[in-house]
Amino acid sequence: MVQMTYREALKQALREELQNDERVFMLGEDIAEFGGTFKVSLGLLEEFGPRRIRNTPLSESAILGAAVGAAATGLRPIAEIMYSDFFAVALDQVVNQAAKMRYMFGGKLSLPLTIRTTMGGRRSAAAQHSQCLEAWFMHVPGLKIAMPSNAYDAKGLLKSGVRDPNPTIIFENKMLYNTSGEVPEEPYFVPWGRANVVREGTDVTVVALSDMVDFSLKAAERLADEGISLEVIDPRTLVPLDIDTIVQSVQKTGRLVIAHEACVTGGVGAEIGSQAAYHALDYLTAPIERVGAKDSPIPFSPILEREILPDDQDVVDAVHRTIDYSA
Amino acid sequence: MDEKIPKELALQLYETMQRIRSFEMAVVELFARGKIPGFLHTYVGEEAVAAGVCAALRPDDKIISTHRGHGHLIAKGGRLDLMMAELFGKRTGYCKGKGGSMHIAEPDLGMLGANAIVGAGIAIINGAALTAQYLGTDQVAVAFFGDGASNTGVFHEALNMASVWNLPSIFVCENNGYAESTPKHQHQKIKDVAVRAVAYDMPSIIVDGNDVGAVYRAAQEAVARARVGGGPTLIEAKTYRLRGHYEGDPQMYRTREEIESWEKKCPLERWRKVLLAADVPAEGIEEIDRRIEQELKEAVAFAEESPLPDPAEARSDIFTPLPAEM
Repeated sequence: MVQMTYREALKQALREELQNDERVFMLGEDIAEFGGTFKVSLGLLEEFGPRRIRNTPLSESAILGAAVGAAATGLRPIAEIMYSDFFAVALDQVVNQAAKMRYMFGGKLSLPLTIRTTMGGRRSAAAQHSQCLEAWFMHVPGLKIAMPSNAYDAKGLLKSGVRDPNPTIIFENKMLYNTSGEVPEEPYFVPWGRANVVREGTDVTVVALSDMVDFSLKAAERLADEGISLEVIDPRTLVPLDIDTIVQSVQKTGRLVIAHEACVTGGVGAEIGSQAAYHALDYLTAPIERVGAKDSPIPFSPILEREILPDDQDVVDAVHRTIDYSA
Repeated sequence: MDEKIPKELALQLYETMQRIRSFEMAVVELFARGKIPGFLHTYVGEEAVAAGVCAALRPDDKIISTHRGHGHLIAKGGRLDLMMAELFGKRTGYCKGKGGSMHIAEPDLGMLGANAIVGAGIAIINGAALTAQYLGTDQVAVAFFGDGASNTGVFHEALNMASVWNLPSIFVCENNGYAESTPKHQHQKIKDVAVRAVAYDMPSIIVDGNDVGAVYRAAQEAVARARVGGGPTLIEAKTYRLRGHYEGDPQMYRTREEIESWEKKCPLERWRKVLLAADVPAEGIEEIDRRIEQELKEAVAFAEESPLPDPAEARSDIFTPLPAEM
């Protein structure tokens, strides 16, 4: 094991997959000389050349369209959408094309296409560069979605995503790029659809996504001082979703908090909570709590942004509500 | 007769157009009888574009189509029986009944699908062209679309990308004068869609889209350029859709006289005259017509007799199964 940043782990995954298969190539805005806005691909141009590390025009529909067409005809593109907010100008290629092409054609082709994008706020990037839009894509059958929360998963999930013969979307958290974690020196994969029980506990299950995993672990430390034991589960991928691991935990703890940075209303917490309740209703001793951003565009000023976005305090408060609840 | 087009090819162009026309007229009737669910957008009147362009392609070249896609698949070699079964929503159809008229596809023939989102295929075809360029093959890739689609943002994004990457993409605008019901003068000020190529430093060709020989030669020029790394071309084929935007369209937006004036320019009639003037025997043409009529009868019977899909398969084919090692 070596200590490595989330950014470096992602770059290693890209490098290994580019080395592994000549059909793998990257395309996106500013990804070549500039190395990408978050420098994940910095240096790959020198290693792999402009044929495989392709700067594109500032044209998200053309990027994703080309990726769909290339995947449909035998290549394995890795497209980058600089900020997931920018998906909004090119959703057709994801929602109507990539997600449906195999199905519409009766299974006649596969689309081994990976889309890397960034998510999340806490950087004063304001309303159009801070969103968490994973729920949009979870609602469209035909797409697989990963939200790595640490360096190990970032590398392993990205590698599995690139090898997957289906459209995969990876939401990279901007606030995690500089965080470090232990990563094996030898190549490895993290399978999609297998949740990670990050911390075992007995009183409350916290299902946390992306950087809410770290906030939930902080909350777990704080609550341990009060004698409350949290079980923190990172689903790692939303599609496929490992609901079994979540249900088993709820059957043990009887309480469920779901934490994501996306705003609460219509967030994936609603879906996870609904599935968990369906399978474990008789075990629940309190209403399911959802932690997320307050329903608002993300503001610019740091003090306003902190007001809107969730953190460990929100997890602590939600856990208390589940403990204090009496029917 | 066009001296650049050998007689055998001239007859093949006629046959392709007749296959399209006959298929479309058959499905119009079957649709009216309730045999075909959903929407139906026919290619009647525009046959020369698909026939002319696809005659200039090889089997391994790629095309992508529109919501009006039957003609493109037929011109790329599509089988009428498998198409008919798909339109009937049968298990034996090209897409097992999951796509229907608007998503009919056969990747094995290089046909990357009819596409019901106007303009979308223009971006996707660049990916097919990129695959050819990336792998160093000399395949080309053709996107068909209409004048309406030339106003979508993706048209401009895709032409720009094809130009800057020098892709073997060929953009074929089937300018039929209407974006659904909206006449061209209400949706764009330019007279020729082809002028938009200038903005992307791309060669363009304007061609009479009801003259299959002219379309073929224009496509040949674009294909020859793309094959040797000469980059993309925008072809504008001026044509006309003789039936409504969809079957059942009351067509309040155009006059009977206008339609009749274009019926006189029917691409099949025109080409038949060209063939006869070039001393192609009428019996040869009639033989083609009879063969297609028989083929269609068999296609309809095949569709009628084919089983419906098993509802248990409704959720198959969403994802490709993971390879064993994963």
